Amino acid sequence: MVQTLDYLKESPSQTAGPYVHIGAVPNFSGIDGVYPADLGASMVSDATKGERITIRGTVYDGTGTALRDALIEIWQADAAGLYPSANETRGTPDPAFTGFGRSPGDMETGEFTFETIKPGRVPFRDGRLMAPHVTVWIVARGINLGLHTRMYFADEEAANAEDPILSRIEHQNRVPTLLAKPEGGGTYRFDIHLQGPKETIFFDV
Amino acid sequence: MSGYIPRDRAWHPPALTPLYKTSVARSPQRAPLAFATTLSEETAPIFGHDILGPLDNDMIHNFAAKGESAIGPRIVVYGRVMDEAGRGVPNTLVEVWQANAGGRYRHKKESYLAPLDPNFGGCGRVITGEDGSYEFRTILPGPYPWPNGPNDWRPSHIHFSVFGQGFAQRLITQMYFEGDPLIWMCPIVRTIPSVEAIERLVAPLDMNATIPMDARAYKFDIVLRGSRQTVFENRMEGM
Repeated sequence: MVQTLDYLKESPSQTAGPYVHIGAVPNFSGIDGVYPADLGASMVSDATKGERITIRGTVYDGTGTALRDALIEIWQADAAGLYPSANETRGTPDPAFTGFGRSPGDMETGEFTFETIKPGRVPFRDGRLMAPHVTVWIVARGINLGLHTRMYFADEEAANAEDPILSRIEHQNRVPTLLAKPEGGGTYRFDIHLQGPKETIFFDV
Repeated sequence: MSGYIPRDRAWHPPALTPLYKTSVARSPQRAPLAFATTLSEETAPIFGHDILGPLDNDMIHNFAAKGESAIGPRIVVYGRVMDEAGRGVPNTLVEVWQANAGGRYRHKKESYLAPLDPNFGGCGRVITGEDGSYEFRTILPGPYPWPNGPNDWRPSHIHFSVFGQGFAQRLITQMYFEGDPLIWMCPIVRTIPSVEAIERLVAPLDMNATIPMDARAYKFDIVLRGSRQTVFENRMEGM
């Protein structure tokens, strides 16, 4: 026998289920008084540096029905491209920006909304700059393993063209599924399709 | 740190699991795009201990009226959050939610006839210590029927959401209780391909950690993805 590799296995995922809002956003789901505010409800303050934007979108299933029981989380760099993370070593991120947002979507329509700032560019592993993007994570009843994807900005054509992730996608006709469309007034729309002809590109990362 | 070890997708449940019916219309059909983690996945938000209230890790009392407590068998759940190398993951947020002792969730869309407990909300949270350890107190959640097959029951379970130190480690899963026969009948549990993997989610009773005359204890360790540590990987030439 050879020596053993003493790695543990990652805990297997299970669906977040129909009641993920109880645990993640209890105030939204009507459980008041346990936490003062829902985590990730506010990402910016008056002091936050950068261009204010609003991200809106809806998660659709394979029949075109909007999900109303999903939880959408986003994670992004500040306006200078620095992450407000304990392991950010490149500089001091904006202390007035959390980088993390969490939305249960509208109770009736399922549409999610994030009030945030346009992220700066972050280097890829080899030092090339990635295009501005927001990391997106989706969980819901019926989703067995949380789905990772990214939101890029459709109006960043030059940066998107040289982005190391976007440029390696084999089916370039699917790249638009990762591009948020400007709707004016600083609002971007990023709809997510779980399956079907418009299926969003999800990541194994 | 030079990136996270890829997720073993054969170990996790696949997206499409027809016996869990809701997955059918919600499962991506295209192959996901694989790439090595970047800073965007290797960083994660910071939640300090200052966000926690004194009862956040005590679901017996955090929704209860003054002087009252939730109904049900009292338990302590404790364990460690580790990475795949067995290193504790410190200062990471663990969020939990569950049904009450009768198997009823406090939620508008919940229709099970079991009653709500006026003293039980069903959410709690804790931040791990320097060694990755955590602990919270709650009541044993009840099993409940759910609309999937004509007679499907969820085993008693607690939902867990864990952040980790990189967004690539983000994980939501469920904890089950040793000895519950419903575990092996549950279509959601059985989305996990192997018995070995399912057993990683079954918490043993630990009589050494009970609080005598008060609460029993269950141990539940959580393993998040590990990171590569070699210094030779992906260095630009000349650096």
